Amino acid sequence: MTNSIGEIEFNDCLFVIGSNAPEAHPVIGSKMKRAKRRGAKLIVVDPRRTELAEMADLWLRITPGTDAALVNGMIHAIITNGWEDREFIETRCEGYEDMWKVVQNYPPSRAAEITGIPEELIVQAAEIYAKTKKAGIYYTLGITEHTTGTANVMNLANLAMVTGHLGFESTGVNPLRGQNNVQGACDMGALPNVFPGYQSVGDPKNIEKFEKAWGVTLNRQMGLRIPEMLDMALYGKLKAMYVMGEDPVLTDPDANHVKKSLESLEFLVVQDLFLSETAKYADVFLPAACYAEKDGTFTNTERRVQRVRKAVEPPGEARVDWEIICDIARRMGYEMNYCCSEEIFNEMRSLTPSYAGITYARIDKVGIQWPCPAEDHPGTKFLHQGTFPRGKGLMQGIEYEPPAELTNEEYPILMTTGRMLYHYNIATRHSANLDGLRPHELAQLNPADAAAIGVEEGGEIRVTSRRGSIVTKVTVTDKVPPGVMFMTFHYKESPVNELTNSAYDPISKTAEYKVSAVRIEKVS
Amino acid sequence: MVNLTIDGRPVSVPEGTTVLEAARQIGIDIPNLCYDPRLTTAGACRMCVVSIEGFRNLATSCTTKVAEGMVVHTETPEVVEARKMILDLILANHPQDCLTCEKTGNCQLQDYCYRYGVKETSFIGEKRQLPKDTGNHLIERDFNKCILCGKCVRVCAEIQGTNAVDFVGRGFNAVVDTAFNENLNLDNCRFCGQCIEMCPTGALTNKQFKGTRPWQVEKVRTTCPFCGTGCNFDLNVRDGKIVGVTTGNPDGVVNGRALCVKGRFHTDMIYSPDRITTPLIKKDGEFVPATWDEALDLVVSKFKEIKERDGSDAIAALSSARCTNEDNYVMQKFMRAVIGTNSVDHCART
Ligand code: SF4
Ligand code: SF4
Ligand code: SF4
Repeated sequence: MTNSIGEIEFNDCLFVIGSNAPEAHPVIGSKMKRAKRRGAKLIVVDPRRTELAEMADLWLRITPGTDAALVNGMIHAIITNGWEDREFIETRCEGYEDMWKVVQNYPPSRAAEITGIPEELIVQAAEIYAKTKKAGIYYTLGITEHTTGTANVMNLANLAMVTGHLGFESTGVNPLRGQNNVQGACDMGALPNVFPGYQSVGDPKNIEKFEKAWGVTLNRQMGLRIPEMLDMALYGKLKAMYVMGEDPVLTDPDANHVKKSLESLEFLVVQDLFLSETAKYADVFLPAACYAEKDGTFTNTERRVQRVRKAVEPPGEARVDWEIICDIARRMGYEMNYCCSEEIFNEMRSLTPSYAGITYARIDKVGIQWPCPAEDHPGTKFLHQGTFPRGKGLMQGIEYEPPAELTNEEYPILMTTGRMLYHYNIATRHSANLDGLRPHELAQLNPADAAAIGVEEGGEIRVTSRRGSIVTKVTVTDKVPPGVMFMTFHYKESPVNELTNSAYDPISKTAEYKVSAVRIEKVS
Repeated sequence: MVNLTIDGRPVSVPEGTTVLEAARQIGIDIPNLCYDPRLTTAGACRMCVVSIEGFRNLATSCTTKVAEGMVVHTETPEVVEARKMILDLILANHPQDCLTCEKTGNCQLQDYCYRYGVKETSFIGEKRQLPKDTGNHLIERDFNKCILCGKCVRVCAEIQGTNAVDFVGRGFNAVVDTAFNENLNLDNCRFCGQCIEMCPTGALTNKQFKGTRPWQVEKVRTTCPFCGTGCNFDLNVRDGKIVGVTTGNPDGVVNGRALCVKGRFHTDMIYSPDRITTPLIKKDGEFVPATWDEALDLVVSKFKEIKERDGSDAIAALSSARCTNEDNYVMQKFMRAVIGTNSVDHCART
């Protein structure tokens, strides 16, 4: 997030696109509702009639996968009506002309055709967003989980830049990061192209710095991203994988492809709390401690580094993840010894400028938001005040491209996936408290589509895509429009990712979870 | 700034501050049952009455704004008498089963009765005999213990934003309930449990805490392991085991004391019988328990063999968006420095 969670309730306009916050980020969702109660204008872009959509001032029921056209249409309306922030564009940004070359081809009328949203609504949304000073954009996987995800994010940045909604309180472009520490895992360099703190592995200066710190010669070649790992495993080039705390069989798209890849490996180690679907393919399983059984830190979606504290001992012989890794390192002849998580944190921050000023002592009571370059630095509540990291903000024209997979006669229903309130990915299924609330999938299906195959509330259907076929219970509801169905990915009994498309965004390698074409039949 | 005197002590606060808040700032605890700094003010319970010089009647300190030169007394005999009367009236329609009540030790009503020496009610009359809501496995509602402070109504509307419950009926028959007097269920309630912590009495109970007395637990503050919001909460530990979750961080900038159902009720997951508690090695397609030495030696010999035969880039790791920063740092360092590859990634995209 460019801005902070605490600023949300003071927004005067919230532009929420592809985010079902009350279910996926409930406490943030509540703050959005609070802003609305205070009188903020709420604009929600979602194909589904979610809780936020229901209370929105403007609900833009978008055809999944057409976000770029909507945002272009809004920018078009803003520019042609003179609602833009000229000063911000001229002093803080560049690339305006190039951006306009693309966007000029998207008058709201054309955007309306592509997105299925009435033209007036697009213009109204543009006007409210542009004319409200404290207007923030909030988005989640609904924007990024497309083959055009990276472009979608750039386009939202365009929208914020043309209106000058960056660099001060209650504005910004705010991704709500999914998992608890996805921000931190990225910050820590659990990515194939960067060391901790996004320091590129391609830069000789960085290589030198880390070689010195770690006392080894480092590989200069960029590593593989998850989809590439899976492909390489299938080609026999990748022989072994070490999987810690993830379950790609259930959470990655096109599960059957994932399974084949894992089967092709010569050796698979899985380290986790439970025997996950992925663990079933492992040669060795290492039992790990859960968050309540260890010390450390998580970094939340607003870049706030917060303490995790050990409350109880791990069960049986389970051990803390980093201790297991260090043990393996030592057995391989590399001394990796830390007395405690704090020592690791201190080594990390000595190599990571954006974390340099954060210490366990400083975050004992309240977490600090990076960048925090020095111990006397208060941390950073919102980014891009006065300037962008690259100097001027770069605007880039983004063309609308249809999703990789479209519906046809054989696969007439568009399936989209997401999260729901009572579960978090996979692990919460092991909580009887939470699973007891919602022990099985309830796919959302429009009454018209349900009637067409003769299925009723609570009935079972078979859902088939080009990649797989699963059975699920359904709830019949007009929360989804005709021709669109919605499922979550929490249930191994109805593993939705056997259906999803593994077509990837070319830059981020994020899969198009949000749009797959499927066919449905009643199970009698 | 406005200057006033409370119980003989001078205090200076911004205009618009209430007498109750001004008193809190200098550590004077004025009793209250319906006040919470995060909620709108109801002025319903009248426990917070104080005597203000020049005022004809006692004033509710939660609704009275400070004024320059005001002189406030918070515990005059008259004030104490008024509070005793309020407690007496509440007890007239409240079960006196403190001995077996889950809330004992953490109950504001009990605390104030103790503070003012109110042992029992002096009124004799009918008491409510309403059935409990035991319709779900997380939250229990005992309407007979409700003192109609309205805090649950306000937290649900103002902080959670769900409006699951409201006042229903009048006078003796008034209760706080859902629309159509249904039990709490997935349609009307989000099971965030924020109302439980707001409740000053035993009317709302977190079922996870049944059988645990508040003084038996030690609280360990930590960060939620589910979504990217990063709410803070306290794990309540009794005899080395986590019983459940409470909040209470006055400094909590992310969530204050708000949580969702996952943060609030997930802890039984930690004790799931599905947890694996010993290393496993697959032999003939079946996992068999192994010692750490056996498991790690096998991992090391395979990693070494593959690294020597096929090169470092034949090995890759998935680190985890669920694990700590420290775990992630160590994992990427291990892959880069020990295995010798940059092939480390995680599900950044889910
Ligand atoms: S649990 Fe949450 S949603 Fe349900 S009544 Fe209480 S505050 Fe409202
Ligand atoms: S249930 Fe508790 S919080 Fe709600 S009105 Fe009754 S006493 Fe107050
Ligand atoms: S309590 Fe709920 S909203 Fe808060 S971090 Fe946990 S899952 Fe997210």
